[in-house]
Amino acid sequence: MSKNLRITNNNFIDQTSRISFKFDGKTLYGFKGDTLASALLANNIHLVGRSFKYHRPRGIMTCGSEEPNAILQIGNDSSMTEPNTRATEIELYEGLEASSQNCWPSVNFDIGAINNFFSPLIPAAFYYKTFMWPANFWKLYEYFIRKSAGLGRSPTEPDKDIYDHRYLHCDVLIVGGGISGIMAAKTAAKNNLNTVLIDDKNILGGTTLFQQNECFKINNSYSNEWLKKEIETLNSFNNLTIKTRTTLAAYHSYNYLLARENLTDHLDLKDKKDKIRQRLWKIRAKKVIIATGAMERPLIFDNNDRPGIFLSSSIKKYIDFYGVKCGQKISLFTNNDSAYETAISLNNRGVSVNSVVDIRDKTNSLIVKQVEKLGIKIHWKSSVINTNGYKKINCIEIMKLSDDGTAAVGKKINEECDCLGISGGWTPRVHLFTQSGGKLKFRDEDNVFLPDKSELSQISIGSCNGDFELDEVVKNSVNLTNKFLNVNNNDYENLEIIASKEIDKKNIWLLPSDKPLGKTKPFLDFQNDSTANDIKLALREGFKSIEHVKRYTTTGMATDQGKLSNMHALGIIAETAGVKMGELGTTTFRPPYTPLTFGAIVGRNVGEFFDITRKTPIHDWHVKNKAEFENVGQWKRAWYYPRSNENMHEAVQRESKAARDSAGILDASTLGKIDIQGTDASEFLNRVYTNAWSKLEIGKCRYGLMLNEDGMVYDDGVTTRLSENHYLMTTTTGGAANVLSKMEDYLQTEWPELDVYLTSVTDHYATVSICGPNSKKILSKVIPNLDLSDKKFPHMSFKNALIDNIKCRVMRISFTGEHSYEINIQSSYGKSTWEKCIDAGKEFNITPYGTETMHLLRAEKGFIIAGQDTDGTMTPVDLQMDWIISKKKYDFIGKRSLYRSDTIREDRKQLVGLLTDDPKEILEEGAQIVSETNKQPIEMLGHVTSSYFSPNLNKSIALAVLKNGKKLKGQKMIVPMKDKKINVTVTDTIFLDKENKRLNA
Amino acid sequence: MKKYSIFALIKNAYTYHENWQKAWRDPEPKKEYDAIIIGGGGHGLATAFYLAKKHSMKNIAVVEKGWIGGGNTGRNTTIIRSNYLWDASAGLYDHALKIWEGLSQELNYNVMFSQRGVMNLAHNLQDVRDLKRRTHANRLNGIDAVWLNTNEVKKFCPIINTSPNIRYPVLGGTLQRRAGTARHDAVAWGYARGADAMGVDIIQNCEVKGIRRNGDRVEGIETTKGFIKTKKIGVVAAGHSSIIANMVDLKLPLESKPLQALVSEPVKPIIDTVVMSNAVHAYVSQSDKGELVIGAGTDAYISYTQRGSHDVVEGTLKAILELYPIFSRMKMLRQWGGIVDICPDASPIISKTHIKGLYFNCGWGTGGFKATPGSGDLFAHTIANDEPHKLNADFNINRFVSGDLVDEHGAAAVAH
Amino acid sequence: MFLINCPYCGERDQSEFSAGGEAHIERPKQPTELSDDQWAEFLFMRKNIKGIQYERWNHTHGCRKWFNMVRDTSNDKIHAVYKMGEKPPVK
Repeated sequence: MSKNLRITNNNFIDQTSRISFKFDGKTLYGFKGDTLASALLANNIHLVGRSFKYHRPRGIMTCGSEEPNAILQIGNDSSMTEPNTRATEIELYEGLEASSQNCWPSVNFDIGAINNFFSPLIPAAFYYKTFMWPANFWKLYEYFIRKSAGLGRSPTEPDKDIYDHRYLHCDVLIVGGGISGIMAAKTAAKNNLNTVLIDDKNILGGTTLFQQNECFKINNSYSNEWLKKEIETLNSFNNLTIKTRTTLAAYHSYNYLLARENLTDHLDLKDKKDKIRQRLWKIRAKKVIIATGAMERPLIFDNNDRPGIFLSSSIKKYIDFYGVKCGQKISLFTNNDSAYETAISLNNRGVSVNSVVDIRDKTNSLIVKQVEKLGIKIHWKSSVINTNGYKKINCIEIMKLSDDGTAAVGKKINEECDCLGISGGWTPRVHLFTQSGGKLKFRDEDNVFLPDKSELSQISIGSCNGDFELDEVVKNSVNLTNKFLNVNNNDYENLEIIASKEIDKKNIWLLPSDKPLGKTKPFLDFQNDSTANDIKLALREGFKSIEHVKRYTTTGMATDQGKLSNMHALGIIAETAGVKMGELGTTTFRPPYTPLTFGAIVGRNVGEFFDITRKTPIHDWHVKNKAEFENVGQWKRAWYYPRSNENMHEAVQRESKAARDSAGILDASTLGKIDIQGTDASEFLNRVYTNAWSKLEIGKCRYGLMLNEDGMVYDDGVTTRLSENHYLMTTTTGGAANVLSKMEDYLQTEWPELDVYLTSVTDHYATVSICGPNSKKILSKVIPNLDLSDKKFPHMSFKNALIDNIKCRVMRISFTGEHSYEINIQSSYGKSTWEKCIDAGKEFNITPYGTETMHLLRAEKGFIIAGQDTDGTMTPVDLQMDWIISKKKYDFIGKRSLYRSDTIREDRKQLVGLLTDDPKEILEEGAQIVSETNKQPIEMLGHVTSSYFSPNLNKSIALAVLKNGKKLKGQKMIVPMKDKKINVTVTDTIFLDKENKRLNA
Repeated sequence: MKKYSIFALIKNAYTYHENWQKAWRDPEPKKEYDAIIIGGGGHGLATAFYLAKKHSMKNIAVVEKGWIGGGNTGRNTTIIRSNYLWDASAGLYDHALKIWEGLSQELNYNVMFSQRGVMNLAHNLQDVRDLKRRTHANRLNGIDAVWLNTNEVKKFCPIINTSPNIRYPVLGGTLQRRAGTARHDAVAWGYARGADAMGVDIIQNCEVKGIRRNGDRVEGIETTKGFIKTKKIGVVAAGHSSIIANMVDLKLPLESKPLQALVSEPVKPIIDTVVMSNAVHAYVSQSDKGELVIGAGTDAYISYTQRGSHDVVEGTLKAILELYPIFSRMKMLRQWGGIVDICPDASPIISKTHIKGLYFNCGWGTGGFKATPGSGDLFAHTIANDEPHKLNADFNINRFVSGDLVDEHGAAAVAH
Repeated sequence: MFLINCPYCGERDQSEFSAGGEAHIERPKQPTELSDDQWAEFLFMRKNIKGIQYERWNHTHGCRKWFNMVRDTSNDKIHAVYKMGEKPPVK
């Protein structure tokens, strides 16, 4: 480490604890408290990256989140590497490995720099104007464009880190722990408000923390010393939460804010493991105080992008806070007083300042006078018009400015330097304010956008509200806070403040050069390489709106999102177009304030927590018996139960056969179950189902079809009348939640006069379904004292029963066409009931079957599955279920829609059966149906909705929807596949047991 | 119009690019036009372009209340595909896709149409049925979509997590190779430049305040720049369509809802196709600049604020990490919202109205960008001939009365 | 993320609610008497207002009650909430 770059008397860096890190493979050392940037500078490393387009050498330029150049790849591990990390924000830790991006083979020698040579050919948006010939070559051009674009590398393995979310509710949230934020926090906390103060740095205090300057004193102390005491007093409040290393990422409506807390990024590599890396705080604040400060602006002149050129305030922070000299011979270039603070800090620390170049006429503020007193040369009314040095600045060229500021005049002075600090004034950080929907106003005297109107309960205080002078910051912050919180904290009354006040202001958005503009490179957006010339080109080409110019030139679209470039872009546009900046407006600042990891946004909702998994009470049994599962909505349903080496087809064939030959058992617990009670329950069902319900006898079950108001089939299921005013409705597995909320909607909003109560009981009952010719025998073993005779317990009826003294409901209903029972029992007894049935059925070879077999069995009977055989475009008539539409009922949901001109068409697509000419050929579900393949275009008449090989019929069967299908029974059709045509015949939808004999077998 | 080319770039380099022509003029509105297009987005500008190019209507204007391409054209995730289910939609979107294939040359403006393929993933058995059904229909309609099994999906896009152990495993997917992305801004700018060169007046910062009618005919529009006379008005106002419709007491079957999108910081190429998944709701591609471009979902409420709720963004990224766990350390650079006008059947309206001379092109919901050239072409035809082209005949307003909807919920990117 | 004042439960986060579209579109009492046009008007046609809108919300993950809201769709400001069946507050 070049020792002479680090000064020793420093309060913030622990120079006793050395930290080793690597940059581009080279081992270097820094100290605890350093950022990666300060450590690199202490090692005299300025060149850290290459720019996006021209691959120009670029160095560290700032000390914060606005850094455009020092964007590094952190870590080498393929799962833990992180691209595009700002060296100015990352705290140094033992084991940190960083490398520069967007350069090959190295940052020192980068082949891509050849682009700089071609730069005259590639102005803004050149790509819209070329790469069009030959037409099919774009793919090739694009390949190379893509390869050269991008900055860092994405990880290629899954992240091992943990991210977390927490909610936070508070009376007052204060964003920013600088002088304003600290005073506001103390005011709020003192008045017993539940207060939260967050700051993105690891330490509170903002820039005042290291402001030790005669020109800025409070109550006769340096402002940093005064503030330090204030910070100490904050510890005494229990109702104040302070979160450092926490960045406010997004400010949404209704004072909903997102803040990311960094928990491990600063820890040594070995200490990071198994800890939560980042936590996203979801904050709902009654009141928000924004105290986010201001950013220094650069100045725009030829070659203002060389390594060694910094924002002047950053040089100050590096020396005052980190104890690092950015150079040995430093020049400063400014249009305002703040560079003079830097000059004094440097001088105090023994760093020689060559000169200050100031575009203003001589000004006499306190701080300027002090600099003059130190004997530092000031070039008044002058400008740096160019810089030299390829990988590091070594010289600046200074010329006088003409009276109107548009030209460089007089003799050119060359001044050697190894560092240049530039200051173009200050821009309030209004990002959060605008994110929240606040409107900005423009202040002409110093060209700043300031918070104006907001609908939310919030204020901005301090420099983000346009107060740049210390005395005003204190006075206005205190007043605004007191008023906003409706309190009166008089701690800060009668403070004696000494503050140098800026007397003269002057601004030139684009500084002149002695060369024609076209020959210069005055950069605005350092990362995206857009220059003032690009902005002017866009304007010349007719792009007027700021959004157009931004998009055309990509200014402000880099990873700093225009923090440094926006104001100058606006200024140059306004100036060139002759519009007032206030009228031009600004581009929208979009969240997040600084880039936010996907991991933090998602938190713990990854892997198994991606979505909840619903399992039936019998799930463990299925797992134990090697079931394969199917996702149906959030449910895991047993799909089939392969034995030994069976594949799915073999298992399903076996299960299907067993169910019809003897007995099968299905876990039907996932079906939606809705308990319906009330004196108007029957009337309610009349209105939501297409068929009539009033006359359904108690103890009987009925199948119902539910439509959408547009007449299309929505859901179906069997509903049982348990008592006079009590029904149990079942729905499809996937449709349960929607059916309930749809019924609630009608009940509450359209039919509030009905006395009906709906309760979801899906999870309360397990449903065990036994079917097959031996189902009766099995059930009689499970519930011996239940009379199962057809007379006492006929198909479509229900009985209350007891299994081991546990109440259950048994429905005799069938989705397979077999003699079949469904036992509904309290969930906690689901598994034991299932096992009881399995035991009882052993002698009958009872076979558990899954959803696939269920689908096959019902298809043999032509029963539809809503959502598979229907797709939101099928009416009951289309399904050939005219019988289920009550002719007597005046109205039901969707009825009117069935009589529209298109829905009454007779040749709509209708549900039919299909048999393949070759009974072994199984159609593909989703395959299209045509009548002929010779005529182009081929007219598609319908498609296959369900298709299986039926072991019970020993042939393949399919359900399909077919245009005019009702009338086409017996007709030949073709199912054209990619490699063959399959001949099929249109049939009835019922393939097996048309007479329903098996129901009572 | 001076032609753009590499030679033009070289030539202009000598004069420091001082002599480039304006891409379009900035005219004041004339008193009268033969037709006025309300809305200077991609669809509106394309409509004007084809009216001038194919129907010899040169005296036309596009009026835009803000800046051209500033609405959904400049806010979408730029996906272009035509793998729709129904014949009507397939016809419409493939018509557009065919124009995309030669659009840079037609406009002499590089819209960077990049046919990197679009994959749609299936995560449950019904997804598989639906996607296979769509693929079969696409094949018979001459659209190049194919079904891929899980291994083929993995091969085509290796970074997808195709493990069978994730919550909703990838069971396969469809691939349309001709599909891809384009540079959205360039589409608006290219059409604007092309239309302007044929004499179309593009009038920005001109808000329509009213539509003047004489009985059942339109007479012109009231704007912030005064009254402009015309016999034909084509409304292409996307999220704001209902506001224009309400000016003539016309109700449309539309709801305008927030749709959000986001990009990551740029990185070197990591995914070179477009992958969409409806079931877990994640779709992603990578821009030429290197940003991951990610489409989020819609909120269920009506809003004209161009802002949506954070839950939608969180839900989307959750799904992204389910399918691409390698992106956990990638950072969201920017998120934004647009206002999408959604029809009940997730299909657009390109239609005459009962008012003579008033035409609407709206209801594109979450997927209008891909149709831009086709939509403009067909809408121009409809306006010029006062009757629809056969490719947009099914997308009339009357379908909501008859019930003859074009239900594309399954093929829409965002569940409507 | 709105903060919604459910008329039954008080202020809750938006994530507990679901939106139900324009309010006060009453389902016709005699649908069969309507023309196809009139039925389509009920079924599909919406004002889709930019500005003050009366709309329905459901406290899905709370009391499950539907209620009405007055919200400005141009800035998402919620002006009032009121129960189903109650008269909308005057503008």
